[in-house]
Amino acid sequence: MLTFDFMRHAFVASTFIAITCGLIGVFVVARNMSFLAHTLSEIGFAGASFGVFMGIAPLNGMLLFTLLSSITIGQMSAKESRREASISAISSLFVGLGILFLSLSNRNASYATNILFGSIIGISLADVYQLIILSGVIMLGLLLFYRYLVFDSYDPIGAQAQGLKTNLLSIYFLILLAVSVSIAAQIVGSLLVFILVTIPAFIAKYFAKSVPGMLVIAVGAALLGVWLGLWFGYLTNWPVTFFIAIIEFGFYFVALVYHRSLSR
Amino acid sequence: MTELVNAQHLGLAFSNHQVLKDLSFTIERGSMTSLIGPNGVGKTTLVRLLIGNLQPTEGQLVINPDRQHLNIGYVPQFRNLEAEYPLSIRSFVSLNQLDRRLPWKTRKERQALDQILAQTHLTSLQKTTVGNASGGEKQKAYLAQALISKPDLLILDESTASLDIETKEEVMALVAELNREYDLTVIFVTHDLELARKYTDHYLFLKHDQYEAGPMTQLDPNLELD
Repeated sequence: MLTFDFMRHAFVASTFIAITCGLIGVFVVARNMSFLAHTLSEIGFAGASFGVFMGIAPLNGMLLFTLLSSITIGQMSAKESRREASISAISSLFVGLGILFLSLSNRNASYATNILFGSIIGISLADVYQLIILSGVIMLGLLLFYRYLVFDSYDPIGAQAQGLKTNLLSIYFLILLAVSVSIAAQIVGSLLVFILVTIPAFIAKYFAKSVPGMLVIAVGAALLGVWLGLWFGYLTNWPVTFFIAIIEFGFYFVALVYHRSLSR
Repeated sequence: MTELVNAQHLGLAFSNHQVLKDLSFTIERGSMTSLIGPNGVGKTTLVRLLIGNLQPTEGQLVINPDRQHLNIGYVPQFRNLEAEYPLSIRSFVSLNQLDRRLPWKTRKERQALDQILAQTHLTSLQKTTVGNASGGEKQKAYLAQALISKPDLLILDESTASLDIETKEEVMALVAELNREYDLTVIFVTHDLELARKYTDHYLFLKHDQYEAGPMTQLDPNLELD
Protein backbone atom coordinates (compact mmCIF):
# COMPACT_ATOMS: atom_id res chain seq x y z
CA MET A 1 0.00 0.00 0.00
CA LEU A 2 2.94 2.32 0.56
CA THR A 3 3.98 2.10 -3.09
CA PHE A 4 1.46 4.85 -3.86
CA ASP A 5 2.53 8.43 -3.24
CA PHE A 6 -0.83 9.46 -1.78
CA MET A 7 -0.74 6.58 0.71
CA ARG A 8 2.80 7.43 1.78
CA HIS A 9 1.81 11.06 2.31
CA ALA A 10 -1.26 9.99 4.26
CA PHE A 11 0.81 7.59 6.37
CA VAL A 12 3.51 10.12 7.27
CA ALA A 13 1.04 12.95 7.95
CA SER A 14 -1.24 10.82 10.08
CA THR A 15 1.68 9.43 12.08
CA PHE A 16 2.78 12.91 13.11
CA ILE A 17 -0.78 14.06 13.75
CA ALA A 18 -1.55 11.02 15.88
CA ILE A 19 1.53 11.55 18.04
CA THR A 20 0.70 15.22 18.53
CA CYS A 21 -2.97 14.59 19.31
CA GLY A 22 -2.14 11.75 21.71
CA LEU A 23 0.19 14.05 23.63
CA ILE A 24 -2.02 17.14 23.72
CA GLY A 25 -5.10 15.03 24.49
CA VAL A 26 -3.72 13.89 27.85
CA PHE A 27 -3.58 17.54 28.92
CA VAL A 28 -7.01 18.29 27.41
CA VAL A 29 -8.59 15.50 29.45
CA ALA A 30 -6.75 16.47 32.64
CA ARG A 31 -7.95 20.06 32.23
CA ASN A 32 -11.55 18.97 31.49
CA MET A 33 -11.42 20.71 28.15
CA SER A 34 -12.87 18.05 25.82
CA PHE A 35 -15.81 20.19 24.79
CA LEU A 36 -13.62 23.20 24.37
CA ALA A 37 -11.50 21.15 21.97
CA HIS A 38 -14.66 20.27 20.08
CA THR A 39 -15.71 23.90 19.92
CA LEU A 40 -12.29 24.86 18.62
CA SER A 41 -12.73 22.33 15.84
CA GLU A 42 -16.08 23.87 14.91
CA ILE A 43 -14.40 27.23 14.83
CA GLY A 44 -11.84 25.49 12.64
CA PHE A 45 -14.64 24.43 10.30
CA ALA A 46 -15.68 28.07 9.94
CA GLY A 47 -12.03 28.97 9.36
CA ALA A 48 -11.59 26.31 6.70
CA SER A 49 -14.76 27.46 4.92
CA PHE A 50 -13.50 31.01 5.16
CA GLY A 51 -10.25 29.82 3.58
CA VAL A 52 -12.16 28.22 0.71
CA PHE A 53 -14.18 31.39 0.29
CA MET A 54 -11.08 33.59 0.25
CA GLY A 55 -9.10 31.23 -1.93
CA ILE A 56 -6.47 30.33 0.71
CA ALA A 57 -5.66 26.83 1.95
CA PRO A 58 -8.37 25.53 4.33
CA LEU A 59 -5.71 24.57 6.90
CA ASN A 60 -4.45 28.17 6.98
CA GLY A 61 -7.98 29.47 7.38
CA MET A 62 -8.46 27.01 10.20
CA LEU A 63 -5.27 28.05 11.97
CA LEU A 64 -6.22 31.69 11.60
CA PHE A 65 -9.66 31.22 13.16
CA THR A 66 -8.69 28.80 15.93
CA LEU A 67 -5.66 30.82 17.00
CA LEU A 68 -7.55 34.11 17.05
CA SER A 69 -10.43 32.64 19.01
CA SER A 70 -8.52 30.36 21.39
CA ILE A 71 -7.77 33.09 23.89
CA THR A 72 -11.24 34.62 23.80
CA ILE A 73 -13.08 31.36 24.27
CA GLY A 74 -10.63 30.40 27.00
CA GLN A 75 -11.56 33.51 28.91
CA MET A 76 -15.29 33.24 28.18
CA SER A 77 -15.38 29.71 29.47
CA ALA A 78 -12.95 30.13 32.36
CA LYS A 79 -15.81 30.05 34.87
CA GLU A 80 -16.99 26.47 35.23
CA SER A 81 -20.56 27.58 35.87
CA ARG A 82 -20.98 29.24 32.52
CA ARG A 83 -18.65 27.07 30.51
CA GLU A 84 -21.38 24.96 28.88
CA ALA A 85 -23.46 27.99 27.95
CA SER A 86 -20.52 29.87 26.45
CA ILE A 87 -19.36 26.83 24.52
CA SER A 88 -22.83 26.13 23.08
CA ALA A 89 -23.23 29.73 22.01
CA ILE A 90 -19.83 29.95 20.38
CA SER A 91 -20.24 26.59 18.62
CA SER A 92 -23.54 27.66 17.08
CA LEU A 93 -22.14 30.96 15.90
CA PHE A 94 -19.16 29.41 14.16
CA VAL A 95 -20.98 26.49 12.55
CA GLY A 96 -23.39 29.10 11.16
CA LEU A 97 -20.48 31.16 9.84
CA GLY A 98 -18.93 28.06 8.30
CA ILE A 99 -22.13 27.29 6.40
CA LEU A 100 -22.31 30.89 5.20
CA PHE A 101 -18.75 30.95 3.89
CA LEU A 102 -19.20 27.63 2.12
CA SER A 103 -22.37 28.77 0.43
CA LEU A 104 -20.78 32.09 -0.59
CA SER A 105 -17.79 30.32 -2.08
CA ASN A 106 -19.98 28.33 -4.52
CA ARG A 107 -18.00 25.15 -4.00
CA ASN A 108 -19.67 21.81 -4.37
CA ALA A 109 -20.83 19.77 -1.44
CA SER A 110 -17.83 17.44 -1.51
CA TYR A 111 -15.68 20.30 -0.28
CA ALA A 112 -17.83 20.61 2.81
CA THR A 113 -17.68 16.87 3.32
CA ASN A 114 -13.88 16.97 3.19
CA ILE A 115 -13.67 19.69 5.81
CA LEU A 116 -16.24 18.13 8.10
CA PHE A 117 -15.19 14.50 7.81
CA GLY A 118 -11.54 14.64 6.77
CA SER A 119 -9.66 13.92 3.57
CA ILE A 120 -6.34 12.37 4.46
CA ILE A 121 -6.04 10.49 1.18
CA GLY A 122 -5.91 13.67 -0.88
CA ILE A 123 -2.99 15.21 0.96
CA SER A 124 -0.05 16.65 -1.05
CA LEU A 125 3.65 16.57 -0.22
CA ALA A 126 3.62 20.29 0.62
CA ASP A 127 0.73 19.66 3.03
CA VAL A 128 2.72 16.86 4.63
CA TYR A 129 5.65 19.19 5.27
CA GLN A 130 3.37 21.82 6.76
CA LEU A 131 1.74 19.26 9.06
CA ILE A 132 5.13 17.93 10.18
CA ILE A 133 6.33 21.44 11.00
CA LEU A 134 3.15 22.25 12.93
CA SER A 135 3.40 18.96 14.85
CA GLY A 136 7.00 19.79 15.64
CA VAL A 137 6.00 23.21 16.97
CA ILE A 138 3.38 21.68 19.25
CA MET A 139 5.71 18.99 20.56
CA LEU A 140 8.44 21.54 21.22
CA GLY A 141 5.87 23.79 22.89
CA LEU A 142 4.83 20.96 25.20
CA LEU A 143 8.42 19.99 25.92
CA LEU A 144 9.54 23.50 26.85
CA PHE A 145 6.95 23.95 29.59
CA TYR A 146 6.23 20.30 30.26
CA ARG A 147 6.54 20.29 34.04
CA TYR A 148 4.59 23.51 34.48
CA LEU A 149 1.81 22.32 32.18
CA VAL A 150 1.61 18.96 33.96
CA PHE A 151 1.41 20.60 37.38
CA ASP A 152 -1.21 23.12 36.26
CA SER A 153 -3.27 20.47 34.46
CA TYR A 154 -3.29 17.87 37.23
CA ASP A 155 -3.38 20.13 40.27
CA PRO A 156 -4.33 23.71 39.35
CA ILE A 157 -4.88 24.73 42.98
CA GLY A 158 -1.52 23.34 44.05
CA ALA A 159 0.19 24.97 41.08
CA GLN A 160 -1.31 28.31 41.99
CA ALA A 161 -0.29 27.85 45.63
CA GLN A 162 3.30 27.31 44.53
CA GLY A 163 3.21 30.58 42.62
CA LEU A 164 2.93 29.29 39.04
CA LYS A 165 1.51 31.75 36.54
CA THR A 166 -1.53 29.61 35.83
CA ASN A 167 -3.37 32.15 33.68
CA LEU A 168 -0.45 32.49 31.30
CA LEU A 169 -0.08 28.72 31.19
CA SER A 170 -3.76 28.35 30.25
CA ILE A 171 -3.42 30.74 27.34
CA TYR A 172 -0.22 29.07 26.21
CA PHE A 173 -1.94 25.69 26.30
CA LEU A 174 -4.98 26.95 24.37
CA ILE A 175 -2.71 28.15 21.59
CA LEU A 176 -1.08 24.71 21.36
CA LEU A 177 -4.54 23.13 21.43
CA ALA A 178 -5.80 25.40 18.63
CA VAL A 179 -2.97 24.27 16.37
CA SER A 180 -3.47 20.60 17.33
CA VAL A 181 -7.17 20.72 16.58
CA SER A 182 -6.50 22.30 13.19
CA ILE A 183 -4.09 19.60 12.16
CA ALA A 184 -6.19 16.75 13.59
CA ALA A 185 -9.07 17.97 11.43
CA GLN A 186 -6.94 17.21 8.37
CA ILE A 187 -7.33 13.48 8.97
CA VAL A 188 -10.58 12.98 10.80
CA GLY A 189 -12.39 16.18 9.88
CA SER A 190 -13.51 18.96 12.14
CA LEU A 191 -16.64 17.13 13.27
CA LEU A 192 -14.66 14.25 14.68
CA VAL A 193 -11.63 15.81 16.30
CA PHE A 194 -12.66 14.01 19.49
CA ILE A 195 -11.47 10.77 17.90
CA LEU A 196 -7.83 11.72 18.05
CA VAL A 197 -7.67 14.45 20.66
CA THR A 198 -9.67 13.04 23.53
CA ILE A 199 -10.51 9.33 23.14
CA PRO A 200 -6.90 8.10 23.26
CA ALA A 201 -6.33 10.21 26.37
CA PHE A 202 -9.46 8.86 28.05
CA ILE A 203 -8.24 5.34 27.28
CA ALA A 204 -4.86 6.18 28.79
CA LYS A 205 -6.49 7.43 31.99
CA TYR A 206 -7.78 3.92 32.66
CA PHE A 207 -4.42 2.23 32.33
CA ALA A 208 -1.72 4.54 33.71
CA LYS A 209 -1.11 6.26 37.02
CA SER A 210 1.64 8.58 35.86
CA VAL A 211 1.70 11.33 33.26
CA PRO A 212 4.48 9.78 31.13
CA GLY A 213 2.56 6.48 31.22
CA MET A 214 -0.60 8.19 30.01
CA LEU A 215 1.30 9.99 27.25
CA VAL A 216 2.75 6.72 25.96
CA ILE A 217 -0.61 4.92 25.99
CA ALA A 218 -2.49 7.83 24.39
CA VAL A 219 0.06 8.17 21.60
CA GLY A 220 0.02 4.39 21.09
CA ALA A 221 -3.78 4.27 20.88
CA ALA A 222 -3.88 7.21 18.46
CA LEU A 223 -1.14 5.74 16.26
CA LEU A 224 -2.72 2.28 16.11
CA GLY A 225 -6.04 3.88 15.22
CA VAL A 226 -4.73 5.93 12.30
CA TRP A 227 -2.45 3.21 10.94
CA LEU A 228 -5.12 0.52 11.03
CA GLY A 229 -7.68 3.03 9.77
CA LEU A 230 -5.56 3.87 6.75
CA TRP A 231 -4.93 0.21 6.03
CA PHE A 232 -8.60 -0.79 6.26
CA GLY A 233 -9.52 2.27 4.21
CA TYR A 234 -7.04 1.19 1.55
CA LEU A 235 -8.39 -2.38 1.52
CA THR A 236 -12.08 -1.56 1.44
CA ASN A 237 -12.26 1.91 -0.09
CA TRP A 238 -14.49 2.96 2.80
CA PRO A 239 -13.78 6.27 4.58
CA VAL A 240 -10.62 6.25 6.71
CA THR A 241 -12.36 8.45 9.28
CA PHE A 242 -14.99 5.76 9.79
CA PHE A 243 -12.35 3.13 10.52
CA ILE A 244 -10.38 5.38 12.88
CA ALA A 245 -13.61 6.20 14.73
CA ILE A 246 -14.65 2.58 15.10
CA ILE A 247 -11.17 1.46 16.18
CA GLU A 248 -10.83 4.19 18.80
CA PHE A 249 -14.34 3.46 20.03
CA GLY A 250 -13.38 -0.22 20.27
CA PHE A 251 -10.26 0.62 22.29
CA TYR A 252 -12.28 2.84 24.58
CA PHE A 253 -14.92 0.16 25.11
CA VAL A 254 -12.28 -2.43 26.00
CA ALA A 255 -10.58 0.04 28.36
CA LEU A 256 -13.87 0.78 30.07
CA VAL A 257 -14.72 -2.90 30.54
CA TYR A 258 -11.21 -3.53 31.88
CA HIS A 259 -11.50 -0.60 34.28
CA ARG A 260 -14.88 -1.76 35.54
CA SER A 261 -13.67 -5.30 36.07
CA LEU A 262 -10.80 -3.92 38.16
CA SER A 263 -12.94 -1.72 40.35
CA ARG A 264 -15.41 -4.47 41.15
CA MET B 1 16.86 31.41 67.01
CA THR B 2 16.93 33.63 63.97
CA GLU B 3 14.02 35.51 62.54
CA LEU B 4 12.46 34.22 59.38
CA VAL B 5 9.62 36.72 59.12
CA ASN B 6 9.51 40.21 60.60
CA ALA B 7 6.39 42.33 60.19
CA GLN B 8 6.41 45.96 61.34
CA HIS B 9 3.17 47.96 61.49
CA LEU B 10 1.83 45.92 58.64
CA GLY B 11 -1.46 47.00 57.08
CA LEU B 12 -3.49 46.25 54.03
CA ALA B 13 -6.49 48.07 52.65
CA PHE B 14 -8.57 47.26 49.59
CA SER B 15 -10.22 50.42 48.23
CA ASN B 16 -11.07 52.00 51.61
CA HIS B 17 -11.71 48.68 53.31
CA GLN B 18 -9.03 48.08 55.95
CA VAL B 19 -8.39 44.34 56.23
CA LEU B 20 -5.22 44.33 58.34
CA LYS B 21 -3.95 47.21 60.48
CA ASP B 22 -0.78 47.95 62.45
CA LEU B 23 0.29 44.35 62.79
CA SER B 24 3.77 43.66 64.19
CA PHE B 25 5.11 40.18 64.83
CA THR B 26 8.09 37.93 64.17
CA ILE B 27 8.30 34.30 63.24
CA GLU B 28 11.46 32.50 64.19
CA ARG B 29 13.19 29.83 62.23
CA GLY B 30 12.20 26.36 63.37
CA SER B 31 9.10 27.54 65.23
CA MET B 32 5.53 26.36 64.83
CA THR B 33 3.03 29.20 64.92
CA SER B 34 -0.73 28.95 64.90
CA LEU B 35 -2.57 31.70 63.07
CA ILE B 36 -5.98 31.86 64.72
CA GLY B 37 -8.98 34.14 64.70
CA PRO B 38 -12.65 34.26 63.78
CA ASN B 39 -13.83 34.02 60.16
CA GLY B 40 -13.35 37.11 58.01
CA VAL B 41 -10.68 38.62 60.21
CA GLY B 42 -7.97 38.51 57.54
CA LYS B 43 -6.10 35.24 58.13
CA THR B 44 -6.11 34.29 54.46
CA THR B 45 -5.13 37.84 53.51
CA LEU B 46 -2.13 37.62 55.84
CA VAL B 47 -1.17 34.29 54.26
CA ARG B 48 -1.40 35.88 50.81
CA LEU B 49 0.92 38.65 51.99
CA LEU B 50 3.38 36.09 53.29
CA ILE B 51 3.47 34.11 50.06
CA GLY B 52 3.88 37.31 48.06
CA ASN B 53 0.49 37.11 46.40
CA LEU B 54 -0.43 40.54 47.80
CA GLN B 55 1.70 43.56 48.76
CA PRO B 56 1.16 45.47 52.03
CA THR B 57 -0.23 48.99 51.73
CA GLU B 58 1.28 50.06 55.08
CA GLY B 59 4.31 49.09 57.15
CA GLN B 60 6.77 46.50 56.04
CA LEU B 61 7.08 42.77 55.85
CA VAL B 62 10.64 41.47 55.79
CA ILE B 63 10.79 37.82 54.94
CA ASN B 64 14.08 36.09 55.60
CA PRO B 65 16.41 38.96 56.49
CA ASP B 66 19.63 37.08 55.76
CA ARG B 67 18.82 35.68 52.33
CA GLN B 68 17.39 37.00 49.12
CA HIS B 69 14.73 34.48 48.45
CA LEU B 70 12.63 32.41 50.78
CA ASN B 71 11.06 29.27 49.46
CA ILE B 72 7.55 28.89 50.86
CA GLY B 73 5.50 25.74 50.70
CA TYR B 74 1.81 26.50 50.88
CA VAL B 75 -0.87 23.84 51.38
CA PRO B 76 -4.17 25.49 50.39
CA GLN B 77 -7.45 24.86 52.12
CA PHE B 78 -9.44 23.29 49.29
CA ARG B 79 -8.44 20.81 46.66
CA ASN B 80 -11.15 19.16 44.59
CA LEU B 81 -9.71 15.95 43.27
CA GLU B 82 -12.40 13.61 41.94
CA ALA B 83 -12.63 9.92 42.84
CA GLU B 84 -11.38 9.00 39.35
CA TYR B 85 -8.31 11.19 39.68
CA PRO B 86 -5.75 9.06 37.89
CA LEU B 87 -2.34 10.00 39.28
CA SER B 88 -0.62 7.89 41.91
CA ILE B 89 0.46 9.56 45.14
CA ARG B 90 4.06 9.37 43.91
CA SER B 91 3.23 11.14 40.64
CA PHE B 92 1.10 13.69 42.45
CA VAL B 93 3.89 14.60 44.88
CA SER B 94 6.38 14.88 42.02
CA LEU B 95 4.25 17.54 40.27
CA ASN B 96 6.05 20.17 42.33
CA GLN B 97 9.55 19.13 41.19
CA LEU B 98 10.13 22.15 38.99
CA ASP B 99 13.86 22.76 39.15
CA ARG B 100 14.37 21.31 35.69
CA ARG B 101 12.34 21.77 32.53
CA LEU B 102 12.58 18.47 30.71
CA PRO B 103 10.04 15.72 31.36
CA TRP B 104 12.38 13.00 32.58
CA LYS B 105 13.44 12.97 36.21
CA THR B 106 17.09 12.70 37.19
CA ARG B 107 18.33 10.10 39.65
CA LYS B 108 18.73 12.89 42.22
CA GLU B 109 15.11 13.90 41.74
CA ARG B 110 13.92 10.33 42.11
CA GLN B 111 15.93 10.00 45.32
CA ALA B 112 14.49 13.25 46.66
CA LEU B 113 11.03 11.88 45.90
CA ASP B 114 11.76 8.59 47.70
CA GLN B 115 13.03 10.56 50.66
CA ILE B 116 10.01 12.84 50.97
CA LEU B 117 7.62 9.87 50.62
CA ALA B 118 9.49 8.13 53.43
CA GLN B 119 9.42 11.24 55.64
CA THR B 120 5.68 11.62 55.19
CA HIS B 121 5.06 7.87 55.71
CA LEU B 122 3.69 7.43 52.21
CA THR B 123 6.22 4.94 50.82
CA SER B 124 3.88 1.96 51.02
CA LEU B 125 1.02 3.99 49.53
CA GLN B 126 2.94 5.63 46.70
CA LYS B 127 1.24 3.59 43.98
CA THR B 128 -2.29 4.23 45.27
CA THR B 129 -4.13 6.78 43.15
CA VAL B 130 -4.91 10.02 44.95
CA GLY B 131 -8.58 9.48 44.03
CA ASN B 132 -8.59 6.26 46.05
CA ALA B 133 -6.67 7.63 49.03
CA SER B 134 -8.38 8.46 52.34
CA GLY B 135 -8.75 12.03 53.61
CA GLY B 136 -5.67 11.75 55.83
CA GLU B 137 -3.59 10.14 53.10
CA LYS B 138 -4.58 12.94 50.73
CA GLN B 139 -3.50 15.56 53.27
CA LYS B 140 -0.15 13.82 53.65
CA ALA B 141 0.23 13.80 49.87
CA TYR B 142 -0.52 17.55 49.73
CA LEU B 143 2.02 18.06 52.49
CA ALA B 144 4.63 15.96 50.69
CA GLN B 145 3.99 17.85 47.46
CA ALA B 146 4.62 21.19 49.20
CA LEU B 147 7.71 19.78 50.94
CA ILE B 148 9.38 18.39 47.80
CA SER B 149 10.50 21.89 46.82
CA LYS B 150 12.40 22.07 50.15
CA PRO B 151 10.60 25.09 51.60
CA ASP B 152 12.07 27.16 54.45
CA LEU B 153 8.54 27.93 55.60
CA LEU B 154 5.48 25.72 55.37
CA ILE B 155 2.03 27.28 55.57
CA LEU B 156 -0.89 24.96 56.27
CA ASP B 157 -4.23 26.63 55.57
CA GLU B 158 -6.94 24.84 57.57
CA SER B 159 -5.39 21.61 56.35
CA THR B 160 -7.01 19.48 59.00
CA ALA B 161 -10.46 21.07 58.92
CA SER B 162 -12.21 18.32 56.97
CA LEU B 163 -10.62 15.39 58.80
CA ASP B 164 -11.87 13.25 61.69
CA ILE B 165 -10.18 13.72 65.07
CA GLU B 166 -7.88 10.73 64.81
CA THR B 167 -6.64 11.71 61.33
CA LYS B 168 -6.17 15.33 62.41
CA GLU B 169 -3.87 14.14 65.17
CA GLU B 170 -1.98 11.91 62.77
CA VAL B 171 -1.36 14.71 60.26
CA MET B 172 -0.35 17.19 62.95
CA ALA B 173 1.97 14.66 64.61
CA LEU B 174 3.66 14.27 61.24
CA VAL B 175 4.03 18.03 60.84
CA ALA B 176 5.49 18.28 64.35
CA GLU B 177 7.90 15.47 63.56
CA LEU B 178 9.08 17.25 60.38
CA ASN B 179 9.46 20.44 62.39
CA ARG B 180 11.61 18.69 65.02
CA GLU B 181 13.75 16.60 62.74
CA TYR B 182 14.28 18.95 59.81
CA ASP B 183 13.95 22.32 61.54
CA LEU B 184 11.00 23.19 59.30
CA THR B 185 9.25 26.46 60.18
CA VAL B 186 5.48 26.07 60.16
CA ILE B 187 2.51 28.43 60.14
CA PHE B 188 -0.69 26.60 60.89
CA VAL B 189 -3.89 28.49 60.04
CA THR B 190 -6.67 26.96 62.08
CA HIS B 191 -9.91 27.22 64.00
CA ASP B 192 -9.01 24.22 66.10
CA LEU B 193 -7.59 25.63 69.35
CA GLU B 194 -7.05 22.21 70.83
CA LEU B 195 -4.75 21.17 67.99
CA ALA B 196 -3.07 24.57 68.03
CA ARG B 197 -2.30 24.26 71.76
CA LYS B 198 -1.10 20.71 71.48
CA TYR B 199 1.18 20.98 68.46
CA THR B 200 2.38 24.56 68.04
CA ASP B 201 4.62 26.68 70.24
CA HIS B 202 3.58 30.21 69.22
CA TYR B 203 0.38 31.91 68.26
CA LEU B 204 -0.80 34.92 66.32
CA PHE B 205 -4.40 35.69 67.21
CA LEU B 206 -6.12 38.11 64.82
CA LYS B 207 -9.20 39.90 66.07
CA HIS B 208 -11.15 42.69 64.47
CA ASP B 209 -8.96 45.84 64.83
CA GLN B 210 -6.46 44.22 67.19
CA TYR B 211 -4.26 41.18 67.61
CA GLU B 212 -2.20 39.19 70.09
CA ALA B 213 1.03 37.31 69.52
CA GLY B 214 3.29 35.30 71.78
CA PRO B 215 4.31 31.88 72.99
CA MET B 216 1.44 29.40 73.16
CA THR B 217 1.70 29.24 76.96
CA GLN B 218 0.42 32.83 77.10
CA LEU B 219 -2.76 32.15 75.13
CA ASP B 220 -5.88 32.54 77.29
CA PRO B 221 -6.77 28.97 78.33
CA ASN B 222 -10.48 29.80 78.30
CA LEU B 223 -10.44 31.26 74.81
CA GLU B 224 -13.12 30.06 72.41
CA LEU B 225 -13.29 31.20 68.80
CA ASP B 226 -16.83 30.50 67.69
